[in-house]
Amino acid sequence: MQPVKLVTGRMAPLDLADVDTDQIIPKQFLKRIERTGYGPFLFYDWRARGDFVLDRPEYAGASVLVAGANFGCGSSREHAPWALRDFGFQAIIAPSFADIFRANCYKTGLLAVTLPETQVRHLIDLVAEDPSAELTVDLQSQQVRGEGFSYHFEIDPFARECLLNGLDEIALVERHDANIAAYEKGRAAWLPTVR
Amino acid sequence: MAKTLAQKLWDAHVVRSAEGEPDLLFVDLHLVHEVTSPQAFEGLRLAGRKVRRPDLSVATMDHNVPTRGGVRAADDMSRKQMEVLTENCRREGIPLHQIGSRRQGIVHVIGPELGLTQPGMLIVCGDSHTSTHGAFGALAFGIGTSEVELVLATQCLPQKRQGDLAVNVTGELPVGITAKDIVLGLIGRTGTSAGQGHLVEYRGPTIRGLSMEGRMTVCNMSIEWGAKAGMVAPDDTTFSYVEGKPHAPKGAAWEKALDHWRSLTSDEDAHFDGVIDIDAGKLEPHVTWGTTPAQVVPVTGRVPSPRSETDERALRYMDLLPGTALADIAIDRVFIGSCTNARLEDLRAAAGVIQGRRVHPKVRAMVVPGSTSVKRAAEEEGLDLVFKAAGFEWRNAGCSMCLGMNPDILAPGERCASTSNRNFEGRQGSGGRTHLMSPPMAAAAAITGHLVDVRELL
Repeated sequence: MQPVKLVTGRMAPLDLADVDTDQIIPKQFLKRIERTGYGPFLFYDWRARGDFVLDRPEYAGASVLVAGANFGCGSSREHAPWALRDFGFQAIIAPSFADIFRANCYKTGLLAVTLPETQVRHLIDLVAEDPSAELTVDLQSQQVRGEGFSYHFEIDPFARECLLNGLDEIALVERHDANIAAYEKGRAAWLPTVR
Repeated sequence: MAKTLAQKLWDAHVVRSAEGEPDLLFVDLHLVHEVTSPQAFEGLRLAGRKVRRPDLSVATMDHNVPTRGGVRAADDMSRKQMEVLTENCRREGIPLHQIGSRRQGIVHVIGPELGLTQPGMLIVCGDSHTSTHGAFGALAFGIGTSEVELVLATQCLPQKRQGDLAVNVTGELPVGITAKDIVLGLIGRTGTSAGQGHLVEYRGPTIRGLSMEGRMTVCNMSIEWGAKAGMVAPDDTTFSYVEGKPHAPKGAAWEKALDHWRSLTSDEDAHFDGVIDIDAGKLEPHVTWGTTPAQVVPVTGRVPSPRSETDERALRYMDLLPGTALADIAIDRVFIGSCTNARLEDLRAAAGVIQGRRVHPKVRAMVVPGSTSVKRAAEEEGLDLVFKAAGFEWRNAGCSMCLGMNPDILAPGERCASTSNRNFEGRQGSGGRTHLMSPPMAAAAAITGHLVDVRELL
């Protein structure tokens, strides 16, 4: 994974709560066996209905998605962050995220940033008024900065470390092979195997 | 220190613990299916890694299998995904229950059936409804594809500690009320995200009184209120379900396992961060009206007035007006199936309502058993004949219309009474409208052609 330290760019607002992963990437696109190429299918059904906010010219090329609470609820499909990344988003800011979705974002190098409802509201109002407003999400200092404001955000320290350094989590776990082998030896004999 | 069941299960799986890092947990069973695994296997192959414990991994085809016509009825991309799974399992030595085989079925139905799901285990799968297995007193949760790759490679998963919640259910379930109504009623109260960051234990005399099937239905929908996992402490109901299953311990091993399993309860003075009390005696049959499982009311009620933009959006999508009596909503389709409600007991409950009646002429109804084994067992009891005589389609096992990744989908605008777990926009087919409910409620809707209180038909 490439290190992720700083995202600077314009915002796109998606002022909705409970946006589920079925909307982010509908099921018919989960039949592909690749990790890339999902961008054109992001929010497919909503965009097909016309005048979807992300298709408005003023939000083209935005790199930060600002959304409502419980973003990414529902299915565990990692295709959701893959599609958001492919579309061009490098960070998502919301008052809360579904647990599996947030974990999937970190593995994909997508910054999922939680800010209080009032601050998210400020960002949505700001981008509605001035779509060209720029924002910086700084993972190192854990800050979301724009003109005249700076918001601190909390993030799991281990996830932060992995993102900042682009760490391969499998390689990290493999370093503990001795611990894993010891654990395996101590497992109860009655535990099932599939053989 | 007094511990909750969840923390006992967690602690028993810690391979390594270090300050400032997530715990490294050992996975006892990794369930694999065709949709969320191809990129994980490919990642392994590109990095020159092998599956560490193929003996603790098992695969099935469920999400995109056609429920009639076999693999030939699948579209090219679905077939390709099934072929890729077959090849990945062959190369890595992972047993695969493929389409057409005796044990094929929905991943969360076959794990328990095979006796691979047992108390005390840590179980993961690239599917959010993995919480189902918590019904056995296991710690079970869904993971993404990168985590699938990590588990394939190391059999471990780094996880941050979670909080503890208890849902305490008391009171006798009235006639016509099921486990599905307990969990729908719960989600209606908590909303879609109250469980975030928590492991939930469902407890109390009503939960103790549920069969394993009922407990699985409740645990299955834990994710719909945001919980990391849901579980029920194992007891004699659990043990008698597991005993004799193909992979269950036998002889002396059974006795040892049983000794351990009996210790898997929350200590009396264990601390929960929150307790939610539910009086099951006051429950009514529940039906969703909106596009999240939390948008739910008793079937005796009316479509509520919107309280948020989310509610307004749901009403528009569902084409419903506030104040409409639920019982006045006509339906086009009925789906009895899914990892939530397609086990033998669910089919029996639905058949009990249908016996001697006919599906409404305007309704197309189908039953999709959760597994090939469930299908066989149901046929041995003659349940298939009850459904077919009433005008139901009797299909082969799979996820089917729960998520519409296969030929079973709603047409745009169609309204479905469904025993599945999600009523999201387009979930059962683009433009389709889903009302979630229990199997007896869906059966009743099939007969009357509209949403109806099943108690009127009992």
